Amino acid sequence: MGTEWDDLAEGGAGPPPLVVGPLTVTDSVRYQGASGDMQPIHHDAEFAARAGYAAPLTVGMFPAGLLTTWATDWLGPEHVRRSRVRWKTQVWPGDVLTCSGSVARKYEDAGERRVDLDLVCAKQDGSVAVQGWMTFVVPA
Amino acid sequence: MVDRNALGAEGEPFILEVERGKIREYARAIRSEHSAYLGDERPVAPAHFLTTTFLWEGDEGNPWPLVEMSPARGMHAEQEYVFHGPPPRAGTRLTCRSRIEEIYEKQGTRGGGLTFVIMTTEFRDESGALRAVARMTAVETAAVPEKPAPDEGPEEG
Repeated sequence: MGTEWDDLAEGGAGPPPLVVGPLTVTDSVRYQGASGDMQPIHHDAEFAARAGYAAPLTVGMFPAGLLTTWATDWLGPEHVRRSRVRWKTQVWPGDVLTCSGSVARKYEDAGERRVDLDLVCAKQDGSVAVQGWMTFVVPA
Repeated sequence: MVDRNALGAEGEPFILEVERGKIREYARAIRSEHSAYLGDERPVAPAHFLTTTFLWEGDEGNPWPLVEMSPARGMHAEQEYVFHGPPPRAGTRLTCRSRIEEIYEKQGTRGGGLTFVIMTTEFRDESGALRAVARMTAVETAAVPEKPAPDEGPEEG
């Protein structure tokens, strides 16, 4: 069953992190096909080289999506009310990403129980690839 | 180079059909095996699924090219989806409309101006109810190799 309201505490860390990687170009290809954003810099090695990159840059919406997966696998996809992500550092094939977060705020709004999460997708060197903020309702 | 005349430009409304197979494909791509995506007859759309406007908007629906952001100096800085009630489920027909909402400058900490552009997209269901709003923030740097440092994100708000 879903997470109980009483189990959620401000500052609480939630489930274990989602660790994904080492990433491959296939991760970008699969994401790009799913989204419809076929920007070649994320899968075409020659195109990326002409742009001055040593490898195809991993599509940013992929690590952002992994962050949402960590959160929605915990609190339920149908309970999402807001998701915001900010890209901080470029991600490359070979990187290993660790997605986790914590409860920033637990409150009631218009009769609904809600939690705001602070989320971080970090690379293997500890740098932040994507920062995220999500809001979920928590049914009684 | 960002063209400030694009401010306020709107695309034509376009349809996005929320489809079960597409949800499955998207959920797999972001490594989720949640039953709400894979097991449900009418699965709910993942949090960032509405990015699939790429497949529906066409040239008329997309005002973004009017911004003329430099491909070499432009990047996607931030993305937000706000839902009014639960995210839409498969079988929902959404009418979408995109608009260039904001263009503003900010001084980078390493010198050189940053130009931020925000495009919003509204998603309404068959009854006309507003179901979601997407807010995409992109930034154009003044110099080619400079990418914004982590402390040079968009304005809070």
